[in-house]
Amino acid sequence: MLLAIDTSAGTSVAVVDRDLGTLVEIGEADTRRHAEVIGEAIRSAIERSGVAVSTLSGVAIGMGPGPFTGLRVGIAAAQAFAFGTTKPLVRVVSHDAVAWGHYAAGNGGPLLVVTDARRREVYFSAYWGADGEGLPVRVQGPGLCRPDELADAVDGYHGFERLDAAEVSAASVGLLAEGLYLHRREFAGPEALYLRAPDATVSAGPKRVS
Amino acid sequence: MTPEIRGSGALVLGIETSCDETGIGIVRGTTLLANVIASSMEEHARYGGVVPEIAARAHLEALTPALKAALAEADITLDQLDAIAVTSGPGLSGALMVGVGAAKALAVALDKPIYAINHLVGHVGADVLRDDGTEIELPTIALLVSGGHTSLLLVRDLVSDVELLGETIDDAAGEAFDKVARLLGLPYPGGPEIDRVAATGDPAAIRFPRGLSQPKDLEKHRYDFSFSGLKTAVARWVEQKRDAGEPVPVADVAASFREAVTDVLLTKAIAACRDLGVPRLLLGGGVVANARVRELAGVRCADAGIELRIPPLSLCTDNGAMIAVIAAQLIESGHAPSGLSFGADSTLPVTVIQA
Ligand SMILES: [Zn+2]
Repeated sequence: MLLAIDTSAGTSVAVVDRDLGTLVEIGEADTRRHAEVIGEAIRSAIERSGVAVSTLSGVAIGMGPGPFTGLRVGIAAAQAFAFGTTKPLVRVVSHDAVAWGHYAAGNGGPLLVVTDARRREVYFSAYWGADGEGLPVRVQGPGLCRPDELADAVDGYHGFERLDAAEVSAASVGLLAEGLYLHRREFAGPEALYLRAPDATVSAGPKRVS
Repeated sequence: MTPEIRGSGALVLGIETSCDETGIGIVRGTTLLANVIASSMEEHARYGGVVPEIAARAHLEALTPALKAALAEADITLDQLDAIAVTSGPGLSGALMVGVGAAKALAVALDKPIYAINHLVGHVGADVLRDDGTEIELPTIALLVSGGHTSLLLVRDLVSDVELLGETIDDAAGEAFDKVARLLGLPYPGGPEIDRVAATGDPAAIRFPRGLSQPKDLEKHRYDFSFSGLKTAVARWVEQKRDAGEPVPVADVAASFREAVTDVLLTKAIAACRDLGVPRLLLGGGVVANARVRELAGVRCADAGIELRIPPLSLCTDNGAMIAVIAAQLIESGHAPSGLSFGADSTLPVTVIQA
């Protein structure tokens, strides 16, 4: 049983179980209010699931890609919740959760997941399909480009079914994490998937004032 | 033999991420148990100032290790805590949100109440934690000066009555130190560098302007500060020297600039003490590390018969303990927790002690 969180788009919090599936999922589509809603979303997801915090086996978090400020709120919360409950934290690529959801719904074939990166850019990841365990097989990405550059950025672009996701489901994050754990696959690394360097320019020196 | 006294009062863990320091502090009432600070200052050095996105990324990485270190330092476990406290503003919004997200999740995980605390009031609260046995007397004037803020407050009560008398209308004083240091070819952060170089300079060599100190300005901005004009005046002075092919007397420029900042800070702070009949001045914020600020504060306060209080430097710079102690005081005076729906407010007014 996992508490799952994703804030790579809106704020999504879920409690999932490998056998029972999604016990509860709470979503807030607003992409500017992560800090406001995250605490109450976690509290009410746990309360509504009827699960005691002590019986959770861990915390799953979507590591992005996603706009930085909101993405970090979820990761900070997941880290702190795992630390506070001394449960393991497992990380997944948020796009993988979108692909997992697509395949779990009975779809198959090559898939291109695209999400909003703001500043007139998009994040993308490409998948061949699901493997024998239903786990998505990512072949490209996650990457970042302008929308009109996608066809060049993705090898064999026209062979993929394109899925523009406005939301990332925490339940999918959690169930994907359960699948990865069950089949001993690798989780994502500890780095948030920002895919962009911070906005900062090394100054050439002070400007003249006179 | 008396048994070890660890103080009484609420056991609170405070999280502070409003700028470039990730601070985790633990207090029991007014007793400091842990003060762990991880700074991303070095990562900002090549940019000459704090880069908000770099600071926010660093908070995310530093938080859990800092939490662990603070619990070890305080020798307590999380379940013993009475409450979680977090800075909800003012500060850099992306940086604040890391702390707010973490604090809320920690509070839910532990089923503990959470208190959202004003960063500036925290700076005043730092004085409660000094261990010399002297208690802060109120009301007091507080002068808070750092790279992020320059504020003059009237504090009548730490948990219910704090008033903003004035603040900077452009750059923070610490920012001015950074910019002038760069102008003089000194590294970031500028405060300690200016301080070092100024030690051998003549503070009276160049008369730089004191911002918002003319009678006309004082009418409208009696307790406000402005350092942008000073910074430009220093730049212009240095440019003229260089254009004339003359050497720039770096030590004199640094000392004269530092004198101008220090003079205006303390002139306004002492004026507030006098005007309002409050014979106490408390200093806070990283600029307190500046030797000349401490020295001149001592002299001016002694002359004016004002009691000067300066918390230990480790509590003057941004830290989590000062946030925790305000929450402990709120608990002691019966204030309810903040609930879970507060946000990060980069411009949280100082009158909002608890969000
Ligand atoms: Zn501060």
